[in-house]
Amino acid sequence: MKGLCIQLSHHNSILFHSRRSTRTAYKNPTKFSIPYFSVSSSSSFPKISCIASTPLTTEVEEKLTFDVDEARLLVKELQNVFKSGKTKSYEWRVSQLKSIAKMLEEREKDITEALHKDLEKPELEAFISEISTSKSSCQHALQELQHWMAPEKVKTSITSYPSSAEIVSEPLGVVLVISTWNFPFLLSLDPVIGAISAGNAVVLKPSEVAPGTSSLLARLFEKYLDNSAIRVVEGAVPETTALLEQKWNKILYTGSARVGRIVMAAAAKHLTPVILELGGKCPAVVDSNLNLQVASRRIIAGKWALNNGQACIAIDYIITTKDFAPTLIDSLRRELEQSFGQNPLETRDVSRIVNKYHFSRLLKLLDEDKVSDKIVLGGQSNEDQLRIAPTILLDVPDDTEIMKEEIFGPFLPIVTVEKIEDSFDVINSRPQPLVAYLFTNNDQLKKDYVQNVSSGGMLVNDTVLHVTVDGLPFGGVGESGMGSYHGKFSFDGFSHKKSVMYRGFEPDASVRYPPYTPQKQRLLKALLSGKILAIIQALIGWF
Amino acid sequence: MIFSMEAVEESLAEARQTLRSGQTRSVAWRKKQLRALFELIHDNEEKIFKALDDDLGKHPTEAYRDEIGVVIKSLDYSLSNIEKWVAPKKSSVPMLFFPAKGEVIPEPLGVILIFSCWNFPFSLALDPLIGAISAGNTVILKPSDQAPACSSFLANTIPLYLDCKAIKVIEGGAETCERLLQQKWEKIFFTGSARVGQIVMTAAAKHLTPVVLELGGKCPTILDSFSNPRDFKVAIKRIVGGKWGPCSGQACIGIDYLLVEEKLASTLIDLLKKIIKRFYGENPKESKSVARIVNKHHFARLRNLLKDPLVAASIVHGGSLDEDSLFIEPTILLDPPLHSEIMTEEIFGPFLPIITLKNIQESIEFINSRPKPLAIYAFTKDETLKKRIISETSSGSVTFNDVMIQFLCETLPFGGVDQSGFGRYHGKYSFDTFSHEKAIMQGSFFPEIEARYPPWTAFKLKFIRLAYRLNYFGLVLLLLGLKR
Repeated sequence: MKGLCIQLSHHNSILFHSRRSTRTAYKNPTKFSIPYFSVSSSSSFPKISCIASTPLTTEVEEKLTFDVDEARLLVKELQNVFKSGKTKSYEWRVSQLKSIAKMLEEREKDITEALHKDLEKPELEAFISEISTSKSSCQHALQELQHWMAPEKVKTSITSYPSSAEIVSEPLGVVLVISTWNFPFLLSLDPVIGAISAGNAVVLKPSEVAPGTSSLLARLFEKYLDNSAIRVVEGAVPETTALLEQKWNKILYTGSARVGRIVMAAAAKHLTPVILELGGKCPAVVDSNLNLQVASRRIIAGKWALNNGQACIAIDYIITTKDFAPTLIDSLRRELEQSFGQNPLETRDVSRIVNKYHFSRLLKLLDEDKVSDKIVLGGQSNEDQLRIAPTILLDVPDDTEIMKEEIFGPFLPIVTVEKIEDSFDVINSRPQPLVAYLFTNNDQLKKDYVQNVSSGGMLVNDTVLHVTVDGLPFGGVGESGMGSYHGKFSFDGFSHKKSVMYRGFEPDASVRYPPYTPQKQRLLKALLSGKILAIIQALIGWF
Repeated sequence: MIFSMEAVEESLAEARQTLRSGQTRSVAWRKKQLRALFELIHDNEEKIFKALDDDLGKHPTEAYRDEIGVVIKSLDYSLSNIEKWVAPKKSSVPMLFFPAKGEVIPEPLGVILIFSCWNFPFSLALDPLIGAISAGNTVILKPSDQAPACSSFLANTIPLYLDCKAIKVIEGGAETCERLLQQKWEKIFFTGSARVGQIVMTAAAKHLTPVVLELGGKCPTILDSFSNPRDFKVAIKRIVGGKWGPCSGQACIGIDYLLVEEKLASTLIDLLKKIIKRFYGENPKESKSVARIVNKHHFARLRNLLKDPLVAASIVHGGSLDEDSLFIEPTILLDPPLHSEIMTEEIFGPFLPIITLKNIQESIEFINSRPKPLAIYAFTKDETLKKRIISETSSGSVTFNDVMIQFLCETLPFGGVDQSGFGRYHGKYSFDTFSHEKAIMQGSFFPEIEARYPPWTAFKLKFIRLAYRLNYFGLVLLLLGLKR
C-alpha cells in the first residue's frame, strides 16, 4: 500500500495518487474495480502526501498480503464459525456487547486521541458525536436484545384455522461493514453493534482516510472482542475490492453515492442485500418567524460543531427569504463569534479538514469567480494546518460546483427565495437528501414541509438530534441511500425475518384437492366472494 | 407488441409526472384503484380463466385458488387496512429532548417497476401491484412474455379499469426488460430466477435503486413418521396437493423434494400413488386438474433432467411425457443421485424426488448443506424436531404440517433469504416494501441546552456525560453547582 493514497471517501471521484507507487489496483485481479475507479495522475494534486503516515507504513505493508485469496479464506473461516451456531446464542451476543461497552469505558482517551490525530476533533465533540452515541447505542441494544430476539406472534386469519404463526428473527450470516472517515469511530461501531445484536459474524473495514482510528479499531477489536467471529480488515481500495469479491450475507456501506453503486453492483453478483448510507445536500429552511438566536446556534451545531461540516447529516445549504437573509447572517456572525472567537482559524473547538485532498477540493469550490464574490463571512484558510474558517455565502448561482455537489466542509451557502414556500421547489429540484431541516414556528409550514419534501429523515427546529433517537430509523432514500439502521432498526437490518407457521392435521377440506369439479369451483367462488368469507373459510380450512 | 425505447421513456415520463402531481398520495385515489381492480376481476373472471388455461392449462378451480382468490384476499385486506397503514407512527424520544416528538411517516417511493413471472402470471403481477398502489406509487408492470395470454390480458384490461396515467403495463421479452432496466426507478420488484435477479440488481445499482428479489430454490419437505395413520394420510394428501397442485410443480414455494426415513419409503410411495390416482384418475394425461408445462423450452429442460440414466433408473412412478400437449405425468423418483441435476437445480416441474435418510434428524444437515430455500415444510409432531428446524436451518419461511398456506397468511412476510432472494411482501409488508419510512423529529426553541454549543468547556463535557446516561438527578445537581 506504500505510496498509494485513495479517497474511498464521501466524495465525487475516487483518486489514486501514486508517489512512488509500484502497486496499484490494476494489478489486482478484479473485474469491477477497473471500469469504475477513475485513476488520476498525481499532477493535479502534486503536494498530496500519503495518508498513511510513516509510523503506520510498516503496519500497512504487512497487510499487503490481504488479497482476494486472503479475503476468501477469511470469509470461509467466519462462515464456519457462524455455522457452528456460536454467534446465534443470546449469551454470545450479550458478552460481545458488554465488551464493547467496557472498551468504550476504558479506552475513551485512546479514542479521543485517535480522533484528534485524524481530524483534530475537539474532545467534547468527539465525546458527544462518537463515543457517547456509540455507548448509548450499545446500552440500548443490551437493554432491548431479549425483547428484539423474541419471536413475534402474529394472528393467522381464519383462512388456515386452526393454525398459529410467528416471525422469527435469525442472523443473516457473515456480514461486511464498510465505514467512513468523518465519524470513523461511531460509523464503524454503530453498525457492528447492530450486526452483533442480530447474531452475525462481522468484518469491519474502517476507512483508511482516518488511519489513527482505523488502526485503533483493529487493535481494540482484537483485544476486546471474539476474534473468531468479529474481525477488522484495514486497508484501502485493493483490500475493499478483495472483500467485495466475496459472498457476504449483507453489506452495510457508509460513504459516497458513487462508491455505493460499486458496492451494490458487486453485491448483485452474490445476490447480497445492501444497506447504503450515503449523503447528499441537506437543506435547512429558515423561516423568519422564529427564535433567531436559538436557531442560529442550532445551525452552528449542525454545521461547524459537527466535524466542521464534514458530515452526511450536516446542513449543506440554507434557504430563507430575501428579506430575512441579512438578519440571519448578522445573527450567525454574532453567534459564530460567541462560539469560536474573533479568529476562527485559531480556535481548537472545531475539527480540521481531514486531509490535503479534501482541503484542495474545498478551496477549489470557492475558486470559481461566480462563487468567490458571494462570500459574506469567512473564507480564510491555512493550508499547513488544514484549517478553513466558517464561511457563509449568499446567493451563489445554481450552476456552480458548490451548489451541485455535496459540500462536506465549512461552507454554508444561503439561497434566497421570495416566499418561504418556494423552498420546497428548490429542494425537490435536487436529489433527495439524507435530512431536511426546517426552522419555523409556523405549524402550517411544518405540515406542508413534511407533506411535500422527500428526504431520508426530517428535523424541525433543531439539527442532528434525530440521529440519537433510537426509535427513529436512520437512512436515506434515492441518492441518499437505501435501508436504515439505529436501535431496533439495526437489529432488523441485520436479521432475516423468517415466517413460521404451525398447522394441525384437522380439519382437512377436500375442496382444496383435485379432482377439480364444477361443484368445488362453485363452492370456492362462493366462499371467496362476499363478506361472510371468513366464516366459511373456517369451515373448509383452506381459503 | 414491441416497445421502443421512446415508448418506454414516454410511459415512464407520464408515470413520473402523475407522481409529481401528488394525486397518488391521497388515500381516496389508492382506494379507488384497488376497487377498480376488484371490478376488473369481477367483470373478467371468465377471460382470466381462459388466459390461464391457454398459457398453462390451469383448471379454473386451481386458478381461483392460486390466483384470483389470492388477489381478492389481498385487495380485501389492503382496502380494510390502508387508513391504518398510512397513519404516522409515533416513536418515543428521550426526556432530555422534551418537548420534542418523533414520528415515522410512510411516503410513496416514486415510480415502481414490477417484473412478474409466468407460473402465476395473474397473482404474481397483481399482488405486488396492490402493494405499490396501496403505498401511493405509480407503477409500470412488465408481465412475463412466457405467459402471453395473461400478459396481453393484463395489458389490454388494466388501462380500462385503473388510472392509466399512473399504472401502465408494458409487454415484451428480454429486449424490453433491458430497455426498462436502463431507466431510473425508485424500486424494482422482481419475481423470477436467481440468474435474472443478478442482472436486475446489477442494473439497479447504476441508479441506486433498491430492489426486492423474489426468487426460488429447492424447497424441501421433511416427512416424519406418525403413530396415527390418519395423520400420515393427511400429510401425504397435502404433499400431493403441494407438489402437483400449484401449476404442476412450477411454483417457487412448491415442494421440490421429500426427506423421509428409509423405513417409511415404501409405505410412502404406495400412498402417494394411491392419492395421485384419486386426484388425477387412472390416466392423468386426461385430467383437467393438472396444469401443463408452460412451453417447449421448459418441457425440454425437464426432459433433460430425466436423461441421466441413474436418474431415469430411480423413477418409481410416472415418467411419461407428451410433448404435443406439453404434459408431464406426476413422477416420483426414489433416491436419485445427489450430484445429478435434478438434485442440484430447482426442479420447477412435476418430478418429486424422495431422499431417504437413516434418521429424520439428518434432514437438518441435508438442508443446511444446500442453498437456503424459499420455504421449508415439515410434517411432524415431534416438538424437538420442530425447534431444531426453526433454530438450526435457514429459509424464507417454515411451515409445519401443511404446504403453501404461509403464502395466504397476510400477517406473515413472504420473501426469501440468501439465494432465494431478499425483501418481502404481502399484507402490511407489501405496503412497507413500497414505502419510504421518513423519520421526522420536531423540536421547539425552548428549552435551550447551552452545553451543546461551543466554545467547549469542562463543565459542558460533564453535562453531556450525565445527559447521555440520562442521569437527570446528576444533571440537576450539576446545574445547581452541587456536583463536581
